[in-house]
Amino acid sequence: MTYILKPRMHHPALKTNALGLTRRDYEGKVSTLCAGCGHDSISAAIIQAAFELEVEPHRLAKMSGIGCSSKTPDYFLGQSHGFNTVHGRMPSVLTGANLANRDLIYLGVSGDGDSASIGLGQFAHSMRRGVNMTYIVENNGVYGLTKGQFSATSDKGSKSKKGVENTESGIDLVALALQLGATYVARSFSGDKGQLVPLIKGALRHHGPAFLDVISPCVAFNNHDGSTKSYDYVREHNEAVNRLDVITGQAAITAEYEPGELREVTQHDGSVLRLRKLGEDYDPTDRIAAANHVQESAAAGEISTGLLYVDPDASDLHDRLRTCETPLNQLSDADLVPGAKALAAINARLR
Amino acid sequence: MKATDISRPDYFHKVVDCQWACPAHTPVPEYIRLIADKRYSDAYMINWKSNVFPGVLGRTCDRPCEPACRRGRVEEEPVAICRLKRVAADNKGDVVERMPQPAAALNGKKVACIGAGPASLTVARDLAPLGYEVHVFDGDKRAGGMIRSQIPRFRLPEEVIDEEVGFITRLGPVMHLEKWVDSLKDLMAEDYDAIFVGSGAPQGRDLDLPGRKEADANIHIGIQWLANVSFEHTNKIGRRVIVLGGGNTAMDCCRTARRLGGDDVKVIVRSGYEEMKASPWEKEDAVAEDIPILNYLVPKAFLHENGKLTGMVFEKVKAEYDDKGRRKLVPTGEPDETFECDDVLVAVGQENAFPWIERDCGLEFGKWDMPVVDEDTMQSSIPNVFFGGDAAFGPKNIIWAVAHGHAAAVSIDMFLSGEDVSQRPPPGVTITSQKMGIHEWSYDNDIANDVRYAVPHADKAARLKDIKMEAELGFDQELGFKEAQRCLNCDVQTVFNDKTCIECDACVDICPMDCITFTENGPEPELRQRLKQPATNPEQDIYVSPPLEETGRIMAKDEDVCLHCGLCAERCPTGAWDMQKYIIDIAQAGSCGRAG
Repeated sequence: MTYILKPRMHHPALKTNALGLTRRDYEGKVSTLCAGCGHDSISAAIIQAAFELEVEPHRLAKMSGIGCSSKTPDYFLGQSHGFNTVHGRMPSVLTGANLANRDLIYLGVSGDGDSASIGLGQFAHSMRRGVNMTYIVENNGVYGLTKGQFSATSDKGSKSKKGVENTESGIDLVALALQLGATYVARSFSGDKGQLVPLIKGALRHHGPAFLDVISPCVAFNNHDGSTKSYDYVREHNEAVNRLDVITGQAAITAEYEPGELREVTQHDGSVLRLRKLGEDYDPTDRIAAANHVQESAAAGEISTGLLYVDPDASDLHDRLRTCETPLNQLSDADLVPGAKALAAINARLR
Repeated sequence: MKATDISRPDYFHKVVDCQWACPAHTPVPEYIRLIADKRYSDAYMINWKSNVFPGVLGRTCDRPCEPACRRGRVEEEPVAICRLKRVAADNKGDVVERMPQPAAALNGKKVACIGAGPASLTVARDLAPLGYEVHVFDGDKRAGGMIRSQIPRFRLPEEVIDEEVGFITRLGPVMHLEKWVDSLKDLMAEDYDAIFVGSGAPQGRDLDLPGRKEADANIHIGIQWLANVSFEHTNKIGRRVIVLGGGNTAMDCCRTARRLGGDDVKVIVRSGYEEMKASPWEKEDAVAEDIPILNYLVPKAFLHENGKLTGMVFEKVKAEYDDKGRRKLVPTGEPDETFECDDVLVAVGQENAFPWIERDCGLEFGKWDMPVVDEDTMQSSIPNVFFGGDAAFGPKNIIWAVAHGHAAAVSIDMFLSGEDVSQRPPPGVTITSQKMGIHEWSYDNDIANDVRYAVPHADKAARLKDIKMEAELGFDQELGFKEAQRCLNCDVQTVFNDKTCIECDACVDICPMDCITFTENGPEPELRQRLKQPATNPEQDIYVSPPLEETGRIMAKDEDVCLHCGLCAERCPTGAWDMQKYIIDIAQAGSCGRAG
């Protein structure tokens, strides 16, 4: 952390978006995390994504559980709604909020402890229920707040700062999310904003459960030789399947591409995911192929990143429950108290 | 781009925009921090070493530092550097003890300084303590040159001049006052080992227009008139006064006229308001004393009746620019304008005059009948004759005169020690980490959001009645502290170590000004466009690291609007960024260990 606040002054040529806001307007309080924490880079990426998407701050709700990662919503989108929930319970609270007001954009921020240990069940059920949200796990493979014990996502065979080997299997949240029904699944790295920012933008515009596993090195406890979540290790083993651009509005293609090099996926809300292929052909709309790919590269010691899977026609919890289109807080008394006649009609249907 | 060589003294010096812009390279942020710390004497001594006349300059400097100040690029106004200098001078304690002492013994070498203005006095200050026998000649009764004769007392009180001139005369130069040097040849024939010409630009330009001769009694040349006021030969002027000219002398003339009985004083200028040579604050001060400035009027004739001035006629013009952006003033075709007046002050420029230098004495003259002088060494074509101040390259200002004086003193010292004057002694450079703890720095890195404080002035009615009452009151200690807090500490440098960087982006994310980018290297113009915020100010450098081990990218930092807040260093987990104070000590005479 720092003792001083980040100065209000900004670059004189700092751009504003269509709302007249600068990127700095999407910041929050100054971070109290350790210097060099990957989580701060993810916060910066969220700020950048929200600025570029011209998100109205009051139309977004950020939710989190407990942990280093779950502190971060204090450090971005300071003008948005927020709820710092109980450990591992962010998905339930977010689901409730989403059911009450389906018009807000929901951003859940969690960590490997919050989502893969205490909150694993909550994570699983929010994915399979199809809550329309962006679920970011800031994954550093250790319990940083309690001084660096292995977490449930630590890879088997990786070493702690003191050289102790992890003997337990690690949970791959991406593999789980694919199996559980997430309809936008990506993995990225806090040290690569070029990749991370578009992935967050695509997720925020996705209709359905969007899951992002972001490897985020813990500089204090998990950035040493023998760690599989250090800056060095991730840079060396990072295999991106594609490069994403999110096109909203009518932006023209700026670069020339070879035929077959680009794949465009139009999402439910009209935003276009423009994917540039890297290396071998990768089809991000094939869920089973994606699941295979993730496991094959893990077996080969590689970390597969990029937009791994997307179902552009996904449905969400509201679609499936056929809830009313209007957020509950906008329903009038007449809507909410239809009267004795309506009650009689319902009762009659059930007789 | 090639990796930046930060061991080159100029690189970080240039980042300290104020110090770089100051002709005498005064370490501005260093003394501003001392003012904030109420260490006024320390702040004064830092100034005194570099610019010799902190009290005088704190009131009168042309302030080349302020337009350069980084604060002016990150918000509206630069730090009030000049007036902070005055705070140090006004609040200092007894500093004589801390100054060099008169030389214990003379070194047997004699130096003559012609003129007792800022340039010559600087030479005397630098050389006398080293044991040189310095002789200063001036036609006036008292030393100070234009500081005393041309700057009005309501801007610069006599005591301030006396004190700071006194700091020099106590070092033992032999003062030959009321001694006008009228022949360089004669002086060269005497036994001086070196001669310094610091005789200024003492001739005010006249305007040869119809009526000039007839109305002569009420037409005055600005600088001569100011000198007459200063030496109390003149103590009144007509009620209606026209001041011709748009420079600082014109501003001094009009404000002086207001105090000597002129209640309808106007300044009439050929050019537009913006292009006037006067410093913006001097124009503002004149306007604040109810002096209108009328622009785009070219003087055509003096009107007179029975040998007495009655007014002036002006032609109306407008500015037109050619393809190359050069300005031309062309008549608008409107009828001429006439202004009635009782007196005219002509302040349309001043010139060098060397009637006392014989053209066959061996001194080479160049363009505009000016002596040929080397810009670095101040040496003329006669090896032991040096020039400085306005006498060297035409009218400039006090701070340039001081800078010339320092350079000439270095040259004279080298020359008389048998060294090559073109081999300038290098500056002394120290760079030290300011880290005190994990998040603690030895300087106040929190950025004050205050806008520039205005300097309080004395009551207008009172000051217009008394020519000796200082118009500006100066900052008091509290305002001085607040203004000092606006300084960004640009001398505390962001120093980057590529060997320890792990490319975590923490510095990029925290930087409030988006100065830092990690990216692929490229040619400078292209790289500048690719930075997180494009670097569009070509006068400001990009600090580029060697390729980083992990990704082969480079770190590129645009120095332009860096707040020097140190957050990059605070957020850096490996100490790859550090805040290091950079002190550059420009070599002065004797600083090469030849004292005495």
